[in-house]
Amino acid sequence: MLMELKTKLNFEENRQEITITREFDLPVELLYKAYVVPDIVEQWMGTKVLRLENKRHGSYQFETTDPKGNKHRFNGTIHSVEPNKKITRTFEMENTPFPVQLEFLEFEKHNDTSSKLTMHIIYRSVADRDEMLKLPFAQGINMAHNRLQEIANKLK
Amino acid sequence: MELRRDVFQAIADPTRRMIITLVALQAMTPGAIAAKFNSSRQTISKHIQILTECELLGQEQSGREIYYYLNASKMKEIAEFVEPFRKLWDDRFNKLESVMKNYTNKN
Repeated sequence: MLMELKTKLNFEENRQEITITREFDLPVELLYKAYVVPDIVEQWMGTKVLRLENKRHGSYQFETTDPKGNKHRFNGTIHSVEPNKKITRTFEMENTPFPVQLEFLEFEKHNDTSSKLTMHIIYRSVADRDEMLKLPFAQGINMAHNRLQEIANKLK
Repeated sequence: MELRRDVFQAIADPTRRMIITLVALQAMTPGAIAAKFNSSRQTISKHIQILTECELLGQEQSGREIYYYLNASKMKEIAEFVEPFRKLWDDRFNKLESVMKNYTNKN
């Protein structure tokens, strides 16, 4: 049997969306804060925050550096915000063929010390969604392959 | 390595996930599986057929009855395939939680 996981991923066949849910041992105000204060976002996302405007029609841009030193940027438009309740935004990886996606973030208060986040993500197509779901898996395979290649090169 | 979209889609359906959960507990006949759902027997048969074609379910003849059982190795393959995506978010959220717990202590 599958055990109960803190972070759950729900997806259904032939749909261009997924839902990620997570329960936090944090008051909803702190959970929400983790999304809107730039230096906190940097800490948990492991990215540099180039811009983060938490307001209707604001925008954001983040930058990560991979182990090889390559920089990758992500950006989006913040469509609307409702403090401690909702953030509606888009997300796009720059310089990749992946189309922009729409994200609905909902923050729910359980009690004074616990809360829940629901991320509802809509992709441009079913195929795009499936590609995104497979991406971390494919990257894992690539990394394993690269490591094998490095070892093989050393043996030459 | 080829990614198995067919298996991936087979498990994406909630009814099929429910069937998988049922047979994970014990091998069941098609009738016993169908009895757990409000859907028609034909609908459930179709779902069982898809799961069998993807090798998620195996068949075993016992007397006059066919029993379906869970092909555990196939399930492991799927979990491995979507798990990195879930794990990525789980890791991020764990980090968020610890960063914010620290933040509370400091303020």
